[in-house]
Amino acid sequence: MLAWVAFVAGAVFAVGLGVSGMTLPSKVIGFLDLFGGQWDPSLAFVMGGAVSVYAIAFQLIRRRSKPVIASQFQLPNSAPLVDRRLIAGAVLFGVGWGLGGFCPGPALVSSAALGQSALVFTASMLAGMVMFRAVGVPAQNSVEK
Amino acid sequence: MREPEALMVEDVQIAGPLVGGILIGLSSAWLMLMSGRVAGISGIVGRLFHGPARDEIRWRVAFLSGLAVGGVGLVFVLPEAFPTGAVRPVWLTAIAGVVVGFGTRLGNGCTSGHGVCGMGRLSGRSSVAVVTFMAAGIVTVLLTRMILESM
Repeated sequence: MLAWVAFVAGAVFAVGLGVSGMTLPSKVIGFLDLFGGQWDPSLAFVMGGAVSVYAIAFQLIRRRSKPVIASQFQLPNSAPLVDRRLIAGAVLFGVGWGLGGFCPGPALVSSAALGQSALVFTASMLAGMVMFRAVGVPAQNSVEK
Repeated sequence: MREPEALMVEDVQIAGPLVGGILIGLSSAWLMLMSGRVAGISGIVGRLFHGPARDEIRWRVAFLSGLAVGGVGLVFVLPEAFPTGAVRPVWLTAIAGVVVGFGTRLGNGCTSGHGVCGMGRLSGRSSVAVVTFMAAGIVTVLLTRMILESM
């Protein structure tokens, strides 16, 4: 069951990414190019739509004692508010995102479509993740609720 | 009369992002409601490298398979969703990928995990992360353009 739930989630997610235009690095860079003179606000609408829907849904979901087919909710640890890892990781992610115009989701979807840039990005992204694992920093834990 | 035309073009430009965003939000909410898990792509992929249990591997692979099937479907139904050329040279794309791979694991999230799911549940940590990576992205694009233009 869980596998099917996840499969459907991934498929709809991919369609959402494609429809939103976020699989086009030019659109992502166009959004981040705040000072370029041809600012593309599309990403703001993507985020706005996604966050609004999720926010409303989450308020309903969190009233449940447990998810529908799993035994507990798995949410990240919320404390502390800020730490060096979070900032450093976010800075690195933002830099890479701005350099390539890809983030993980669109890179994977475009890789399935055999996009050359996406395949290069995905391969190197996986390498970067392996490097993180090799460095030995433990993955941040989830808090089971 | 130019105005109706201009309005239509603008609507189309907003509709795609908005509808796409709604689909992203819905699929993420679906995953949370049904399985209690965060639809954070960097985590779904990244934690595979930390030797997870078999159940964990299975749902992650299933999700990624869904992403792939969705991607292939888009090729036929919405091919314009994909770029025709490269926006950046290959070597820069490769560097970008490594940095994103490492950074998303260090920061424990990306646009989906922190952006959609984190901000969606009003997480302070995720909001900090989003502001930070947005700022970093903006500065990076600015500097990249300045460097490319000076060449």
